[in-house]
Amino acid sequence: MAGAEKRKAGGLDVAYVAHLARLHLTDDEVALFQEQMEGIVHYVEQIGALDVEDVAPLSHTVSVSNVWREDEPSPSIDHSKVMANAPEEHDGLISVPKIVD
Amino acid sequence: MDISGLTIRQASDMLSSGACSAFALTTALLQRIADVDASIRAYASVDTAFALEQARAADDARAKGKSSPLLGVPIGVKDLLNVEGQPCTCSSKILKGYTAPYDATVIARLRDAGAVFVGRTNMDEFAMGSSTENSAYQVTRNPVDVDRVPGGSSGGSAAALAAGEAVATLGTDTGGSIRQPAAFCGCVGMKPTYGRVSRYGLTAFASSLDQIGPMTHTVEDAAILLQVMAGQDVMDSTSLSAAVPDYTQALQGDLRGMRLGLPKEYFVDGLDDEVRASILQAVETCRDLGAEIVDVSLPHTEYSIAVYYIIATAEASANLARFDGVRYGQRVTSGRDPVEMYGATREAGFGAEVKRRIILGTYVLSSGYYDAYYLRAQKVRRLILNDFEKAFASCDALLTPTTPTPAFRMGENTGDPLKMYLSDVFTATANLAGICALSVPSYETAAGLPVGLQILGPALGEEQILRVGHAFEQRRKVEA
Repeated sequence: MAGAEKRKAGGLDVAYVAHLARLHLTDDEVALFQEQMEGIVHYVEQIGALDVEDVAPLSHTVSVSNVWREDEPSPSIDHSKVMANAPEEHDGLISVPKIVD
Repeated sequence: MDISGLTIRQASDMLSSGACSAFALTTALLQRIADVDASIRAYASVDTAFALEQARAADDARAKGKSSPLLGVPIGVKDLLNVEGQPCTCSSKILKGYTAPYDATVIARLRDAGAVFVGRTNMDEFAMGSSTENSAYQVTRNPVDVDRVPGGSSGGSAAALAAGEAVATLGTDTGGSIRQPAAFCGCVGMKPTYGRVSRYGLTAFASSLDQIGPMTHTVEDAAILLQVMAGQDVMDSTSLSAAVPDYTQALQGDLRGMRLGLPKEYFVDGLDDEVRASILQAVETCRDLGAEIVDVSLPHTEYSIAVYYIIATAEASANLARFDGVRYGQRVTSGRDPVEMYGATREAGFGAEVKRRIILGTYVLSSGYYDAYYLRAQKVRRLILNDFEKAFASCDALLTPTTPTPAFRMGENTGDPLKMYLSDVFTATANLAGICALSVPSYETAAGLPVGLQILGPALGEEQILRVGHAFEQRRKVEA
């Protein structure tokens, strides 16, 4: 893939976007992904060739909205089953590193 | 008992006639897995005690008068569908050690019908891939030729069938992940209409594209399995309220009165010569079975992979935000605050392909790029849907190849992600348009590699595509 000659496709900065996605990457990964993903971004940019000015976006193929049901109480998943998957527990709650000093 | 190749129909007949018990059947299947899976590695895990316990329960239920086509029938489950008490790794390190606290709706329905869950099938991590080489745990081989990939992402589900170590399996299909491995391994795979099967309990990849579907030895088995899986569910507000027809009634054996379209955009340069010849021969068989064949055009097909990789990754970047080390799965607590924990956990927990897709998806949704990529892709998605609606105004179903080539070799595409993406070129359109699609084995290549005939139907057109697939399958078996 001619990543070196290609312009930084659409301004993709892998290191910055990874930061937005809360995803640490090694320097090697940043370099590899930057090259691979410039090729991918360049490929997907072909949709820019179409005139879609008057086309309504399609987010979902099922044309339903506001699906209602009766609000009837029913049992939730058992607390102990959920807590069994928690990486760290404290007094029946999931614990995480301190957020505010 | 030789269970390799055993169908749901055959198993069901044996069980209901008393020719064998569910316990004996499950025991034989577990033995088969023990015999062959070391070289195929289709199963990520097998819980023998759990399987036998369910089989005993099925036998007890039958003794008490219960009857169902799936009672006592063993089923393999792709490792991203939640089965209460079982692992659900999604073939990712980030979910190592996770135990599902609930049943997916399809699992609950199959459980009620008496199915026996034997094991978890291997897959590409979070269903991102087309070869099952992206599993964090193991590589699955294509039983037809072990130097080739089984396809993906439901590669374990397809390979288990082809190796005779499953009666039927469940897969999920976001851009072809049921149909492409079915085509590569020579089995039947169906992606139902979006909303036909509840997605509750499916670990989401791209929520507007994902569907769960059956993978089987025969089209009749796909109909039997879909019958139990389909229907509205209060836990999935996108599930459709339309009544579920009797799918096996659609299997009539001929195609008289049907109009089948050939979209010219699926027979372009890049299509393997032997795949083309196989599909054109299948088209002639369908004509011989009474179908009228017409040419149609789906002019926006060439944009489908670009649209797919924008929309699927955008949705994935949001869906995979939940894997942050807080509530379940692996946690890496380097650093002093939760934000450091998220980044370190996700670095250690995700493989390269998942990282690439999270980055692409985050990018196309980010400020300044949203309109050019995501919004524009949604508009082109409508053009792709419009193409299909126009084609289905004059056709009952469309015939295409499932994939441009037969199964490729292990490692052939792993260094070039874009090349791997292009193997979904004929399948991703059905997900974007929300329509139903079926892959059935067509005529093999000279080297004996399977080829998939894809039958595309309109939304809720499952009966049409099952009818076409069944009639073709029956004729091909007679010819063979």
